[in-house]
Amino acid sequence: MKKLFALLLLVCMCFSFSAVAEEKVVTLMIDNATSYAGIEAAGKWIEETYGIRLEIQFRPGGAEGENYVRTLLAAGEMADLCYFNAGALLATINPAEFFVDLTGDELIANVSESYYPCVSVDGKIYGIPAGSSFCGSWLYNKAVYAELGLEVPHTWADLMENCQKAKDAGKTAVIASFGDDWTSQLILLADYYNLEAGNPNFAADFDANKAKYATDPYGLKSFQKMEEVYQKGFMNADYNTNTYDYALEMLVNGDGVHYPMLTNALTNIYTAYGQEAVDNIGVFGQPGDDPDNHGITVWMPNAIYIFKNGANVDLAKEWCGYFLSPEGIEAYAAASKPEGPFVVKGVELTDVYAGVQEMMPYFDEGKTTAALEFVSSVKGPNSPQICIECLSGLRSAEEAAAEYDADAEKQAKQLGLAGW
Amino acid sequence: MTRAMKKLYSPWFLVPVGAIFFVLFLLPTLMSFFFSMTTWTLTYWKFTGFDNLRMFFREISLRISFKNTLIYSVLTCGFKVVLGLIFGAILSSHMLKTRHFLRSVLFFPNLISTLAVGLTFKSLMHPTRGLINAMLRGIGIAGPDWLGNHNIALYSIIGIDVWKGVGIATVIYISGILSIPEQYYEALSIDGGSTWDKFIHITVPLCRPARNSVIILAFIGGMRTFDLVWVTTKGGPGFYTDLLASVIYKQYCAGYYGLATLGNVLMLLLICALAYPLYFYITRKEVDL
Repeated sequence: MKKLFALLLLVCMCFSFSAVAEEKVVTLMIDNATSYAGIEAAGKWIEETYGIRLEIQFRPGGAEGENYVRTLLAAGEMADLCYFNAGALLATINPAEFFVDLTGDELIANVSESYYPCVSVDGKIYGIPAGSSFCGSWLYNKAVYAELGLEVPHTWADLMENCQKAKDAGKTAVIASFGDDWTSQLILLADYYNLEAGNPNFAADFDANKAKYATDPYGLKSFQKMEEVYQKGFMNADYNTNTYDYALEMLVNGDGVHYPMLTNALTNIYTAYGQEAVDNIGVFGQPGDDPDNHGITVWMPNAIYIFKNGANVDLAKEWCGYFLSPEGIEAYAAASKPEGPFVVKGVELTDVYAGVQEMMPYFDEGKTTAALEFVSSVKGPNSPQICIECLSGLRSAEEAAAEYDADAEKQAKQLGLAGW
Repeated sequence: MTRAMKKLYSPWFLVPVGAIFFVLFLLPTLMSFFFSMTTWTLTYWKFTGFDNLRMFFREISLRISFKNTLIYSVLTCGFKVVLGLIFGAILSSHMLKTRHFLRSVLFFPNLISTLAVGLTFKSLMHPTRGLINAMLRGIGIAGPDWLGNHNIALYSIIGIDVWKGVGIATVIYISGILSIPEQYYEALSIDGGSTWDKFIHITVPLCRPARNSVIILAFIGGMRTFDLVWVTTKGGPGFYTDLLASVIYKQYCAGYYGLATLGNVLMLLLICALAYPLYFYITRKEVDL
């Protein structure tokens, strides 16, 4: 009797094991601040079509999350797929040791070449784009623009003039929200198109410890723009405590006219205030001095990396292939409206926000450049605080630029980069 | 007797506890002295000598934390000592009928987590939508940006800390005051002393042990503060409310483990260098009742 029972138990166990083994599961770790609706939808489509189920795990965002990722990688407990920043931050988690090298792999054949540098370290490519690109731009309220008779500016001077008119009309010309400190950097970071137009070698020289913001005339100009916005009193009075969410509200209801922000704010506006509100928000790139060269700075999508020591490396890679297929992207875009073009070849944008349509001419005319943090591996972590100091008049443009350089130098030294 | 005791309690009994203390407390502390002179990650380290130390004192964003921490701990400590004594004296008076209720009220902020306190005050102190400035507007005063103005942000946080921490100081004072024998007060009454005389000549000098506890606890607590600053301003605007602990956390987040270790070593040394002399100085004059 006992033997029979044991045998039965054994049979049961075998069945249950085989049942587990039959289900194909790939795990993905993503930070809890990122909208994952698109990835989830693509994952659902892949599960229905190819039977690979996606299990999403969450981690904290921001600097805390970066540390969490480093720890999991070192401990060998990362999920099969790791969602992480493209650009400067990738170098800080030592991808060669932890991620599958995709250089020359057919998986990335479909990805635009412009994306490769953002997920490469030491000439090797490690990641695939996890969504659409977006831009560092100035969002503006179109209804207020029409009411005040303003036009989209093509030089910085025109933009300042528009701001002055908005201020004279009793509006907040430039919305600031340093309560969420990262939002303070947009004027600096979105100016990179103009910086690169003035000094095409800046990124390479900055990386090699040759160019500095404080000494490069175009780099310094980015800081002077922040100083000018402060000196002219364009910002809302509570700029130091205002938050991102309230800033969007100010933009939507027209109390504020401009908000220097990433275009993924459009999705936040759409989610919180609906279609009509988001259709009323326009987008333009931060202009420079030349009206004929008005471009926009692009933020590349974050990436998905395949964990080398994971249990399902091949399955994870297969999943990534389906994710990048036209149907996968379509499923993604249906659930999460793109905030800019996908960096995957042969993908057409159809149903997009009005603001994104305004961005397309920049891409069609080739007047785009990837933000500095995607081409340089140095970006000091104190950048938000330094921008706040400059924008609230605590430091002059020159002092802030020098402080930014010192912060970058500290990072390069602490991370042991060559040449510093 | 003593020989029997020795047999009963062999020094080897200390070994398990000692080992735990050594491995979990002493060893990491000693190791941190070494790692504060390196650049390290979880997988490798490189010895850099005093580079970290130089960087810590050269950079404004790091240096400012020393000044702020000292201002913060001295002021929070001072306010808690003075206010705690006043509240303690009032709330231990038998003439006050509602003293038990008021004690609970005063102690209540201690029961709330610091994060909740910080978030609440963050919205109360909002320059345009906050309740504090709304009330000030009601009486015709334009309130400042409490947490956004770089000149007053640190003091606003000190105010919140005192509001939250004065309850525990009061409780310590009350226990100290209640342990003063009644005869001293009676003797002074017979000599014709007023309530004020009792307070100045009996309560204040005889509750010194309680006050010393408050001073030490509040001072060390102030030196180590992190949560309140992080939840209200994250060290901003700029770096104007950065304390040692928040600066250390920022370095750790940025992946500068060596620099963060150094920060902790410096904090340990600073607390030791200030708290021990303070402790010996104030306990020197303590008397037994």
